[in-house]
Amino acid sequence: MPLLELNGLQAWYGQRHVLHGVDISVEEGQIVALLGANGAGKTTTLRSISGMVSRSGQMCFNGRPLSRAPADETARLGIAHVPEGRGTMGQMSVLENLRLGAYVRRDRKNVAGDFRRVFEYFPWLAQRQKQAAGTLSGGEQQMLAVGRALMSRPKLLLLDEPSLGLAPLVVRSIVEIVATINRTDGVAVLLVEQNAALALNVAHQAYVLESGRVVLSGKADELSKNESVRRSYLGY
Amino acid sequence: MTALAQQIVSGLAAGGIYASLALALVLIYSAMGLVNFAQGEFAMFSTFIAWALIVALHLPYALAFVGAVLFGFGAGIVLERAVVRPFEKSSPLILVIVTLALFSIANGLAGAIWGYVPKPFPSPFPVTPISLGGVLVSLQDMAVIGITLVVLGLISLFLTRTRLGLALRAAALYPESASLMGVRVGWMLALGWGLASAVGAVSGILVAPIIFLEPNMMQGTIIYAFAAAVLGGIDSPLGAVVGGLSLGVALNLIGAYIPQLADVRLGVALLLLVLVLVLRPAGLLGRPEVSRV
Amino acid sequence: MARTGPGLRIAIGVLVAVVAVGLPFQASGFQSLELAYALTFAIAILGLNLLIGYSGQISLGHGAFLAVGGYVTAIGQQRYGLNYLVTIPLAGIISGLIGFLVGLPALRLHGIYLALATFALAVAAPSVMKKPADLTGGVKGIILPPYTSLVPGLSDDQYFYFLCLLITVILFLVSYNILRKRPGRAFKAVRDGELAAAAFGINVSTYKTLAFAISAIYGGVAGSLYATATGFVSPDSYPFQLSILLLVGAVLGGIATIEGAIFGGLFTEFLPIFSQQALTPISRQLANAAPAVTQGIVLLIVMFVARQGIAGLLRQGYAALRGRLRTDAQTLKPAGESPPTGIR
Repeated sequence: MPLLELNGLQAWYGQRHVLHGVDISVEEGQIVALLGANGAGKTTTLRSISGMVSRSGQMCFNGRPLSRAPADETARLGIAHVPEGRGTMGQMSVLENLRLGAYVRRDRKNVAGDFRRVFEYFPWLAQRQKQAAGTLSGGEQQMLAVGRALMSRPKLLLLDEPSLGLAPLVVRSIVEIVATINRTDGVAVLLVEQNAALALNVAHQAYVLESGRVVLSGKADELSKNESVRRSYLGY
Repeated sequence: MTALAQQIVSGLAAGGIYASLALALVLIYSAMGLVNFAQGEFAMFSTFIAWALIVALHLPYALAFVGAVLFGFGAGIVLERAVVRPFEKSSPLILVIVTLALFSIANGLAGAIWGYVPKPFPSPFPVTPISLGGVLVSLQDMAVIGITLVVLGLISLFLTRTRLGLALRAAALYPESASLMGVRVGWMLALGWGLASAVGAVSGILVAPIIFLEPNMMQGTIIYAFAAAVLGGIDSPLGAVVGGLSLGVALNLIGAYIPQLADVRLGVALLLLVLVLVLRPAGLLGRPEVSRV
Repeated sequence: MARTGPGLRIAIGVLVAVVAVGLPFQASGFQSLELAYALTFAIAILGLNLLIGYSGQISLGHGAFLAVGGYVTAIGQQRYGLNYLVTIPLAGIISGLIGFLVGLPALRLHGIYLALATFALAVAAPSVMKKPADLTGGVKGIILPPYTSLVPGLSDDQYFYFLCLLITVILFLVSYNILRKRPGRAFKAVRDGELAAAAFGINVSTYKTLAFAISAIYGGVAGSLYATATGFVSPDSYPFQLSILLLVGAVLGGIATIEGAIFGGLFTEFLPIFSQQALTPISRQLANAAPAVTQGIVLLIVMFVARQGIAGLLRQGYAALRGRLRTDAQTLKPAGESPPTGIR
């Protein structure tokens, strides 16, 4: 059974019907890329999973239904969502941001080890623990957001546009760290990314969304060979 | 010199009371951007609870103190969940109206239960002054200042050192991020109300021996607390205490050295409030926004 | 036959006029005075409503403008020997000027901060009134000469009631016209979004201060009548609770409605009296506490279930009634009156 399974997911922003039946599944330990043009419903799909928009349809995570769970409950079930714009808590220190990441943890004694692990992945953050998170650069904030998500020891990481507004080199290193995390810790990742080439490079599976529906899906390397994907999203 | 020191010490004692109620206002403002106009009435009601525990149930002062603070804490949580919650996302006007409604109800209920005749309220601290280098200080005054500082210390420790305090701050400042990390934001707001009412109960119990216990007793103090909170920066707990103490000292000095203004001290406090609001809305210690994209 | 709308409207108008004119002849002198108080409150509430409901600025300090109006009337009569009828417009003008001045710092304050600052105004007003004691009479205040009827056949109280009624009608017509014309549209535009309003070429600062000034004129006139009705002014006549009471009246009657001010005035005057009378037989203590508790509970009820106040409920009822009459007359036009939006 997949870790996350969405069946006929529909979602609304107020009166606006954004998702018209999305079927996606994420296997344990996989990286799944979600591709599509602006406004196709990628971000909304992530927000539906973590309970931040009104939605309907079947959603199953780790064998439990998600359909009615609000955001704080999905977090406790093991879904860590790094939202668009990173959700940095700017007035709080780097350390406080990370401590909040561990808010849902019950095994408090292992948390110290996780701090070490996050600082190994992101050595910059270790030197800036006391600094207000709002004063970090965009790339550092993105790393903080991923580190914060790791602190909750999630089973599934929802990552929304990590490349937004960042230099290509920074993006590459963040995506590589995410891939490492996926390999060594077995965290499944659902990745929304404008840079389709990069996303398909690290992903196992991929889905293409158009106007709130899945129009194409398959193994990432097969999709990157697909004619229409190449023309529309890879640009060659 | 001694006379000046004397005025400052008495001012600090008065300021301690403004500070503790201002601290309560700041807690709710930080949690949801709302000034609770009923804060003083909640404090008054909790003080009546303490009085009832002492006089009717013959409990010792310390137990009654704890009982009233716990009552304030519980009442704050219940009121937030039951009455304020439906309006959490409403406009400031609606929230102001809701707190004014709570003001009226708390005031009227206290009047209905305990009446409007002022009652003496006991204090375990003697008011007889002792001399410290020529400055006369009563144990009562010292206790007011001391308890205020202890409350501030506890609140600060809670907000910065505990997991729950951290979640409370995150829920207030960044509700969406906080909920994505598993924080139940709604309950954190209720917790903020509970803490504020508990702190308010302390200020009511501290001021009652000085001004007598009656339903309208906090209506003067709440004004000074507003001024203190705004002066210190309405989102800063430390600012509330600094604002309260400096307001107390300033008003006392004005009363002593500018007799013409002695009986319009309230007016002076309010002028200060409006000036700070217009000229420096962040107050002395309010935190300016730090952000970078 | 087909046009029932205007007919119904005229019928309601006539009914209101008959009740308003006939009441003092059915009521005792004291009851006439109570009704005059209700009209006075209605004027003040209308002014407050122009400010809150139409320009979107909160004021918790409108009692201060009543105080200004009251003192102008008292001092004008006592020191300068003015006829009190002359002092009524004078009270409006002076209060309006002060309102304009208050409106200037208010430009820099929004939402909760404006509420705090105006609340400060209401609390400070009584102690400021005490200060120039030879002008204001200090703590003791000033006693006003009683009003006497200038119309043969009317008792003093009836006369005063009709005076209040006349002024109320004039001021309601004035605000109706203000709101229908350019300033009214500008107020609403500012309320609904200052940036957008400015983009449309509306001078936001001018209209916000103008709203404060107009609102203060209404407060001043109401204060003048209030002082005359009471027969004296003193700092204690204007506690900050008066300001809160006016806000309660405005909310209860219906924010952003004109006719709501009438219901607001009636409730402000009679809700405390009735709730107190109802509980007096049970216990004196309960009766004393009743006005505050009922006021709070009524406010919460309005906030929970009828945010558009009494006026809003009546407009809905009116629309329903008209719709039904139309169906009877077999016309198919949709009902015209839209329910007010209430407070946002």
